[in-house]
Amino acid sequence: MFPVKELKRSALISLWFAFLTFPIMVIKVNPIERTVDWRWDNMYFVAIGSFVISILSKVYLIRKERRSGRKKISRALTEPFMQRILREPRFLYPLSLAILVFAIAFPYFFSTYQTNIMTTALMYVVLGLGLNIVVGVAGLLDLGYVAFYAVGAYSYALLNMHFNMGFWTVLPIGGLFAAFLGVLLGFPVLRLRGDYLAIVTLGFGEIIRLILENWNDFSQGPSGIANISRPSFFGMEMSFDGGITYIYYLVVALVVFTIFVVNRLQNSRLGRAWLALREDEIACQAMGIDKTKTKLIAFSLGAFWAGLVGVIFAAKTTFVNPASFTFLESAIILSIVVLGGMGSIVGVIFGALILILMPEYLRALSEYRMLAFGGILVVMMVFKPDGIISNVRRSYRFKKHISHQTSDQS
Amino acid sequence: MDYFIELFFGGLTRGSIYALIALGYTMVYGIIGLINFAHGEIYMIGAFTAFIVATVLSIYGFPALAIIIIAGLAAAVWSSSYGYTVEKVAYRPLRKAPRLAPLISAIGMSIFLQNYVLLAQTSDFLPFPALIPEFAFMEPVAHIVGSSDLVILVTTAVVMIGLTFLIKFTKIGKAMRATAQDKTMAVLVGINVDRVISATFIIGSALAAIGGLLIASHIGQINFYIGFIAGIKAFTAAVLGGIGSIPGAVLGSLVLGLTESFATGYVSSDYEDVFAFSLLVLILIFKPSGLLGKAETKKV
Amino acid sequence: MSKAILKVTGLTKNFGGIKAVDNVDLDIQQGEIVALIGPNGAGKTTFFNCLTGIYSPSSGDIMLCNPKNGNEITVNGMKPNKITEKGMARTFQNIRLFPTMSVLENVMIGRHCRTKSLIFGAIFRNPATRREEEEIIETSYGILKKVGLHKEVNEEARNLSYGAQRRLEIARALATEPFLLLLDEPAAGMNPKETEALVSLIRKICSEGHSILLIEHDMKLVMSLSDRIFVMDYGKKIAQGTPEEVRSNPAVIKAYLGEDVDA
Repeated sequence: MFPVKELKRSALISLWFAFLTFPIMVIKVNPIERTVDWRWDNMYFVAIGSFVISILSKVYLIRKERRSGRKKISRALTEPFMQRILREPRFLYPLSLAILVFAIAFPYFFSTYQTNIMTTALMYVVLGLGLNIVVGVAGLLDLGYVAFYAVGAYSYALLNMHFNMGFWTVLPIGGLFAAFLGVLLGFPVLRLRGDYLAIVTLGFGEIIRLILENWNDFSQGPSGIANISRPSFFGMEMSFDGGITYIYYLVVALVVFTIFVVNRLQNSRLGRAWLALREDEIACQAMGIDKTKTKLIAFSLGAFWAGLVGVIFAAKTTFVNPASFTFLESAIILSIVVLGGMGSIVGVIFGALILILMPEYLRALSEYRMLAFGGILVVMMVFKPDGIISNVRRSYRFKKHISHQTSDQS
Repeated sequence: MDYFIELFFGGLTRGSIYALIALGYTMVYGIIGLINFAHGEIYMIGAFTAFIVATVLSIYGFPALAIIIIAGLAAAVWSSSYGYTVEKVAYRPLRKAPRLAPLISAIGMSIFLQNYVLLAQTSDFLPFPALIPEFAFMEPVAHIVGSSDLVILVTTAVVMIGLTFLIKFTKIGKAMRATAQDKTMAVLVGINVDRVISATFIIGSALAAIGGLLIASHIGQINFYIGFIAGIKAFTAAVLGGIGSIPGAVLGSLVLGLTESFATGYVSSDYEDVFAFSLLVLILIFKPSGLLGKAETKKV
Repeated sequence: MSKAILKVTGLTKNFGGIKAVDNVDLDIQQGEIVALIGPNGAGKTTFFNCLTGIYSPSSGDIMLCNPKNGNEITVNGMKPNKITEKGMARTFQNIRLFPTMSVLENVMIGRHCRTKSLIFGAIFRNPATRREEEEIIETSYGILKKVGLHKEVNEEARNLSYGAQRRLEIARALATEPFLLLLDEPAAGMNPKETEALVSLIRKICSEGHSILLIEHDMKLVMSLSDRIFVMDYGKKIAQGTPEEVRSNPAVIKAYLGEDVDA
């Protein structure tokens, strides 16, 4: 049933990969002892592996083609299952409630270790939602988002160390400080077109990290700042486990708050302007939208959330150093947004949970997990470039208007 | 004064290497509008291939000249093959996808390739054999300009001239320019756009490999992570010069190399990268399309 | 004669060495429908782009005078959004809607510059914000009704027919409450029946107090609608006057029939 032509093609592909990976996979030299290790079994492994993968992907493509041929008409009528659930309030509300109950009960059923991982994942949910305002909604490609995260974290670390300021005091300060920095950076650079903006933000992220790394008097350099206070609960200190659970709930609350705010923002005058700006800047300006101001608001709001999470991060780990704020971190947060589906809140939540929990549970694969992470990003994009869940925001207002309209006319 | 000249040549050398990498970025960007994040990794793989081949050959006792030539060729061939494959696997299926999708794919590819080399080889720094001999005639100025500086400068200049010739006068060069200007029109006049894009990746990767070989031999050590920072710097240089513009990439690279060299020499090596990125931010603020980039005329 | 609501004097726009618009004067009175015609490439759209701030003119002055309060302002060099705020809105020759947003949302965007709520309003949805949102929807729906698109409120803009998209562009521009509306080839790509509907729509808009400046190639439409006509060729204004005057102007006939232009 599988055409011979395709088998031949796969054989060629496997030969190609055997050739391609030959120097790196097969030869291993020891320049000190001047010996060469020829690892031929790696070559067989690559050849067989690429043969199998190429056949599998071909099968997938053939089946997809057949399916899309058959379903062309019905596809427009039946929207994806997920979207239908998200659209119907009678499904959506009980579902959200169930998830919330699960989230609240989580620490009682799982170990402290699991709770800790979940806290991390939820922090990335918030980071993803924050960056989503910038990239997904307003369409500004920010590759230095981690800088604002770092600003939040160091705000708490430094204010706590020097002035003994508490978590709750610094939480808003860290957020506002990051937002302020967002305005400061955004004001000159938001005029740049997309890709220039990307590289400038990337550069800015690196500058912040390098300053933290090298300005020892200010940030204690690469060794970082340790012994940061955990958040207190109405002045009470807590046990180690209690502290973890406490931060977990704090982050859950922050997630709920963020979803609420982002949702409201998206369905507001401002949210519409962002969306329109993403679609056509010139038309937007002709409609009287102040391009710079609107972008600046998105940029600094995104930064604000990164700052908040930064403060929580410092409080959670009680230790910060510049190594936590590399470009890879920005790339991961951006991947969460794109993987989940740009502009979609639910998509971003899924994206964050998958991308952050996956490497944690892939620890079994230990050193292979970053390899898998990179590979999965590529595969996801190739097979599902729109993300897991594409935006469903519009449906909400549709209904509202129809009811409004009918009541108007009847 | 000697110190100044030393820094100046150091900056030129550094800039030349950036230029070899930046060209790949700028050509790819010019044609498909993608920031090819994996390009730094291609450069790293070039350096690794050169390292492996050169070390094997020297163990088997080949003469120095043969080692340089074979290692250089191997680096170029394999880097090009990687560039070609990466484009086919990770970018080509995404031609019509939303704008950010190929970028994420590129970031994924970059992470993948880094870890691939890390796992298949090692995470340690490896000593790279000194392939470039010390020339006798350089003796009097060796304390200011090393032989490898000279080789790097000359090689880069030759490569640049060759590339200019290729793009200006050959058939594939013309096809590349046409595709960069208008992809749809290029298809209509019978240009095989897929092939042009592949050629761009192949040429860009070969240039990066040459850069990888030269810098590795200059500095004397490599590891799997060298591609990332070099890639970002080279991309910065390409943007600095005006992305999509080939002379711009070269100029941007030289400006960046010199800035870094002087900043390191006169201020502090800790803040080398801060200077590089600050320069970028400043130039883009005052000249948003880069040094030689064309200002965009909005078509309304 | 009352004060002109738009007075352009000596407007010039250079692109490199080319003068796309060369020393053009133009004025519009309150309540007028004025057409700007000329062969392709005459610089009409560039002229529009200068007026609306998308290009900044190389030299010359653009004065707007709001008929409601008589305030006179020079708008050259202003950002496009500021100019729209001052009361001059436009449509685009090659339609520039927000394709994946709904028809209603497209018009709602037009209300942006006449409304205020920002972050806090969006988050807390205080009564003022809610009233404002209601007002936006109400007004937008009203405008859609006026242009005859109220049945398609929930369609995505890209799914509309060509003619409907052009009308949506007009609706969106009207939502910014302009006293002067600039239409760039509003009838392009429309069938005769749609064009007819467009003519009566433009008349209606004009009768409601919006003055109109339009670029158009459809001569029947231009002649039947316009109070006055300006003719451009090679960046220069070559004629102006009532439709009858322009129709019989030899320079205009030359420009259109492509006779020896140097003569």
